[in-house]
Amino acid sequence: MAVISRADFERGRTRRKWTGRVFHGLCLLSVAIALGMLAVLLLYLLIQGATRIDWGFLTSFASRHPDQAGIKAGMLGSIYVVMVAGVVAFTLGVATALYLEEYAARSKFARIAKINIANLAGVPSIVYGMLGLEIFVRNLSMGKSVLAGGFTLALLVLPIVIVAASEAVRAVPPSLREGSYALGATRWQVVWHMVIPQAFPGIMTGVILAVSRAIGETAPLIAMGALTYVPFTPDSPFSQFTVLPIQIFNWTSKSQEGFQEAAAAGIIVLLAILLVMNVGAVFLRNRFQKEWEG
Amino acid sequence: MQDLDAILQTRGLSVYYDTKKVVTDVNLDVARNRITAIIGPSGCGKSTLLRCFNRMNDLIPSARVEGQVLFDGRDLYSHDVDPTEIRYLIGMVFQRPNPFPKSIYDNVAFGPRINGFKGDVAELVERSLRRAALWDEVKDRLKASALSLSGGQQQRLCIARALAVEPRVILMDEPCSALDPIATLAIEELMRELSEDYSIIIVTHNMQQAARVSNYTAFLMVEEARVGFLVEFGESRQIFTNPEDERTEAYITGRFG
Amino acid sequence: MVRADFDRSLEELQAELVGLSEMVERAIVKSMDALERRDLAVAYEVVDEDDLIDEKRFDLEEKCINLIATQQPLAIDLRTLLAVLHIAVELERMGDYAEGIGKICLIIGDAIPVAMPKEFSRMAQIGLEMLRGSMKSLVERDTALANDVWDSDDEVDALYDGVCRQTFLDMVQHPNTIEADTHFLWVAHDLERIADRATNIAERVIFLVTGKVGRYEGQSDEE
Repeated sequence: MAVISRADFERGRTRRKWTGRVFHGLCLLSVAIALGMLAVLLLYLLIQGATRIDWGFLTSFASRHPDQAGIKAGMLGSIYVVMVAGVVAFTLGVATALYLEEYAARSKFARIAKINIANLAGVPSIVYGMLGLEIFVRNLSMGKSVLAGGFTLALLVLPIVIVAASEAVRAVPPSLREGSYALGATRWQVVWHMVIPQAFPGIMTGVILAVSRAIGETAPLIAMGALTYVPFTPDSPFSQFTVLPIQIFNWTSKSQEGFQEAAAAGIIVLLAILLVMNVGAVFLRNRFQKEWEG
Repeated sequence: MQDLDAILQTRGLSVYYDTKKVVTDVNLDVARNRITAIIGPSGCGKSTLLRCFNRMNDLIPSARVEGQVLFDGRDLYSHDVDPTEIRYLIGMVFQRPNPFPKSIYDNVAFGPRINGFKGDVAELVERSLRRAALWDEVKDRLKASALSLSGGQQQRLCIARALAVEPRVILMDEPCSALDPIATLAIEELMRELSEDYSIIIVTHNMQQAARVSNYTAFLMVEEARVGFLVEFGESRQIFTNPEDERTEAYITGRFG
Repeated sequence: MVRADFDRSLEELQAELVGLSEMVERAIVKSMDALERRDLAVAYEVVDEDDLIDEKRFDLEEKCINLIATQQPLAIDLRTLLAVLHIAVELERMGDYAEGIGKICLIIGDAIPVAMPKEFSRMAQIGLEMLRGSMKSLVERDTALANDVWDSDDEVDALYDGVCRQTFLDMVQHPNTIEADTHFLWVAHDLERIADRATNIAERVIFLVTGKVGRYEGQSDEE
């Protein structure tokens, strides 16, 4: 009855065990390399720039003298621009996702739209810069302002938010919708009271990803007119601005050693802001989830 | 069936998905304050039929309904009727318990709130939970998540949720199929109590349950063209001891090929 | 075929019921034979063998209860099992009557030369026909046959009345044979009861086929 002999069986088993171990080892190695590189990078940054960070650094403007250079303008500019981008991307993105997944769910229009949105994520970011220049700066007369910069970045990260929000809305179990409808809820009530709260964590994840992307963008902002040297803080949505990545890039291209340190310090501050924003968003997400689930 | 005090009646009811007919020409009377069971093999359209009563089929874009569904004489499918108006009068409990991921209190309060209830919510919640025979088990933890309850408790919570909007009819789509035998019997006991004040329609593929719990039974079958139709309707004690149609007998004795 | 096991069990159950009815048939034939010829040995056998009839009835009952518990029978299956249960009891009682006739034969002994009333063999014959007829109506699910069994009971009742009147007359006219007469009255009673039980079986068959419970009102050709 046995077509496979005992010996064949044993050999197979040993071979499979070792294949498993090798694979496991390769995975660990990959993790080590990736994390290792990250660790090295962070370490290098910290060594180069940690000492440079002090209150003065955070509250001074840029200057020709490396010891007096500060990132106040870039820091505030980044924060304001990303806030605008975040709010706009969130609103437009969630509304779009809801329309595509709830209201127009199985229409041909939705299918075409979704394909195109996915493609937009692959468009080079400089294109958005040029778009922003033409539409927001010129046609809508926002000028080369924080508002225009925010909108430009919003367009850039919109596909991220839409995709994440769509996924989150789609993941809401049909049984929850059915249960709501069966109690006499209108479509709007189902969306507002059930779908959005249930999808919120997924949506917030999309926002986190979007913000993380936005805060590091340089090229599109330069293209639509962000400044490099800004001796003032933006005091209105219509004022001109600069952002951290631009400032950092500016310093790295200077020859003086002091500016290299300043650049490294700038990167640390950028990462710190990113961390704070992410933590804030995660906190918001968890708080909401707890409230929602009672 | 004459001299049946019917709260719901279907007249020539047919359901289509796009061009495919799935249920044909059903004439069924649902007795007031009684339990009516709908039984039949898989795919015979019993759930589809059930969902006609509260217009849940409207949510499926390709679904189309012909014929009438009369609720106390008024056609639910006439143009001036708003489906959301019907759905709290004719409530529904689903096959898998589907409590919202909220607290027990908020689950029961959800329906009244979205329907614009202005009265004492806490009192309504307590009353509904009592009627669903769940109050004693949860009164000390109303703020706990509904998902922390057992399967049988969750289903009773869903019943309480439906009761909170003061329906007249309760539709139950295989409400016990995801529950263990003890929880099942508890729900059946609850159904018997509720039928004094509410009219209940239950879809079930469990023959013994239909025999235990219902006053009237409707047997649906599907024929070659895969269209469901009503074979026999009568008092349950007749259907299960001496049905008139041999197809009914073949089904309930499990001799269906 | 679904429920093949259950169907097989039902078939076996019915076959055993028929087997029980054949045992009862034999007991009736033997007991009448013993009485006619005053054969005490055969009478002893009849009395002994009634234990077997009782055992078989209880065995059938157990099987029915088991099937009811494990198979959740509905409609025709339920009616079939209930009918089998009842019919087994009727048959066992019929066996008891045959045993009764055997006992009387033993009591009378071979001493008394009094002849048994001639109606007895006719009553026994009809009774046996009714028994066979009711069992056949069960096997073939034939309500017309069951109705015929019902009708035959009238003749037995008439014969019974006749025997009773005759015997009472005889008791008055020939007091010396009063003892034998009394015993014969008892036999007549047993034979009448046998026929009556057969009509009960016919009633159960009609219940099985039509689902109607209650006294048989005397009927026609309903199917």
